[in-house]
Amino acid sequence: MTQSDQVKIKTTKDSAANSLWNDSYIRLKKNRLAIYSFYFICLIILTGILAPLIAPYSFETTHMDDAFKSPGMPYLFGTDGLGRDMLSRLIYGARLSMAVGVITAILSLLFGAIYGGISGWIGGATDGVMMRIVDILYSIPSLVLLILVKVIFDSFHFFENPELRSLVGMLLALSLVGWVTLARVVRGQVLQVKQLTYIEAAQSLGIKGPRILLRHIFPNILGPIIVLLTFQIPSNILAESFLSFIGLGLKPPYSSWGVLASDGWRYMRSYPYLIFFPSLILFLTMLAFNLFGDGLRDAFDPKMKK
Amino acid sequence: MNVKRLSKIFSILFGVSFFAVVIGDWVINSTPMALTLFFAFTFFAMIGLFVVEKGLVPYTFKRILGSLVTLFVIASATFFMLRLLPGGPFDKEKTLPPKIKAHIEAKYNLDKSIMWQYGDYMFGLMKGDLGESYKYLGRPVRKIIGECLPASFKLGFYALILSFLIGIPLGVLAAAKHNTWLDQVSMISAISGVALPNFVVAALLVYVFAMQLNWFPPALWSGPLYYVLPVVTLGVRPAAVLARLTRASVLEVISSDYIRTAKAKGLSGKRILFQHVLQNSLIPVLSIAGPLVAGVLAGSFIIEICFAVPGMGKHLVQSVTNRDYPLILALTLLYSTLLVFANLIVDLLYAYFDPRMKLS
Repeated sequence: MTQSDQVKIKTTKDSAANSLWNDSYIRLKKNRLAIYSFYFICLIILTGILAPLIAPYSFETTHMDDAFKSPGMPYLFGTDGLGRDMLSRLIYGARLSMAVGVITAILSLLFGAIYGGISGWIGGATDGVMMRIVDILYSIPSLVLLILVKVIFDSFHFFENPELRSLVGMLLALSLVGWVTLARVVRGQVLQVKQLTYIEAAQSLGIKGPRILLRHIFPNILGPIIVLLTFQIPSNILAESFLSFIGLGLKPPYSSWGVLASDGWRYMRSYPYLIFFPSLILFLTMLAFNLFGDGLRDAFDPKMKK
Repeated sequence: MNVKRLSKIFSILFGVSFFAVVIGDWVINSTPMALTLFFAFTFFAMIGLFVVEKGLVPYTFKRILGSLVTLFVIASATFFMLRLLPGGPFDKEKTLPPKIKAHIEAKYNLDKSIMWQYGDYMFGLMKGDLGESYKYLGRPVRKIIGECLPASFKLGFYALILSFLIGIPLGVLAAAKHNTWLDQVSMISAISGVALPNFVVAALLVYVFAMQLNWFPPALWSGPLYYVLPVVTLGVRPAAVLARLTRASVLEVISSDYIRTAKAKGLSGKRILFQHVLQNSLIPVLSIAGPLVAGVLAGSFIIEICFAVPGMGKHLVQSVTNRDYPLILALTLLYSTLLVFANLIVDLLYAYFDPRMKLS
């Protein structure tokens, strides 16, 4: 008697441990590279949050006597043309780049999920029209669309402060462009889940559409959405640095990584370290996000793993 | 002569003219106009014959019609948005005497009603007239684009070819040597390639190959030697994407039943790889070609700025700072047209090469 009871207890424990989330977590933990990448991302985010405590100088304090100092003491990563400490600027850059990436990814996710969810749920002609709009936005190369949105925003002088204006314009442009991909994927997922029997059951119980969408569909497509988010953040950081690099994004004294790289590009021949450090940190961050995103995707969907 | 044979002949003609154009461009730094036209003609004839052969004519017409509607909507939306923006393009300079300003506005029809301007623009568009630049006085936008399109087109074209030439063999190699150091090295370089921002690659290449080794010029676009660094920079990311996708696709095919059958029949590893695996695993790779083109179009901006390539990206950035609305409008439309039709061609090729695919 005791033996069969034990077996029973064991199986229930096992099945509890093997819920979707637990299972994914166990798979993710096995992927060392993804876990280290996650630690690295946390480190960068922490650096950004604690920037004023960690940075040896402010990002805009100039030390004119020490302009273009090579990496060494007391400026670990050297100084730029106005004698601003590169290390401090990189640390504050982590704050700005990460904030831009995360905020815009979440904003575009919210909008994309709502749009895609509604489109997929209602279906029919509404879906057709809504997806047609997405298709049209998709037909403009993303960077061109980004630039257009930025032009349009910049010509409305919503803010007196030009720095604030460029920052808000950047956030808005990235969010407005990013949601398109997310809406498409969310719609596809909703269409898939919609056909499952438990949705039918919920409908026959008389639950209203929005509630089904919120309580029954979204929790079940959370996995792919989280994976998308991890890929959206780096691509937004990248887009920000692109725009700043070509001179349409943030401007100094702001110190996002893109601004720093753009600054460094100009002095590359004489002071290559100015572009080396921002490039390195951008690359490492992109790599970490990509590895972590891959790990998450494999963890959520083991079929994808090859 | 039936369509199938004709399409084969045109495929071969396309291949030959393709090599002729590339060799002409790289070796003697110029391709005769006739050859370029012939190349374009064979390409479109080949696609057209594919379409006829597969019975995709109605589908293609529907897609072209849909594309035109999309482009029309983009043109209209961009037009109205730019026109309705507060602050005209001539506000930037010192405040002009009202008489002069009125004169300028009359020259560009800015004093007429917006609907009149819209009608005028659309009518011009149908005739291929894109208006006149606000910044480069007296220069029609069409001429500006005619000057900058070839450089951009070449850059993107070569980068795409390069990425296919590097990415696919790398992916096949990684999959064939699955779980060996070769696999790991190629996948590490592939994921690094995806993670590397374009301008970082540009900086690296310029620093090493232009400044230290002096092998290639660091900027400008006046000969094959100048093409190398920008093309490689632009090709890195798509090559990495392709390598990863090819590897995944090949691995999937390798684990399928018919490959096991081939092995059981006693076919050699090479024969299985080249005859059975490759043919079936490269079709899904083609489906990424659409997003790849989009990526190359977006990436070409940064590259054109980095390397001072006189292309469309550089003009778009400048026209944005100059608020040169006709040029912004035309370039947006041109980029979208390229993307839309590249996607259409990719879909058609996909339908041609994958017999299971049903387009409707």
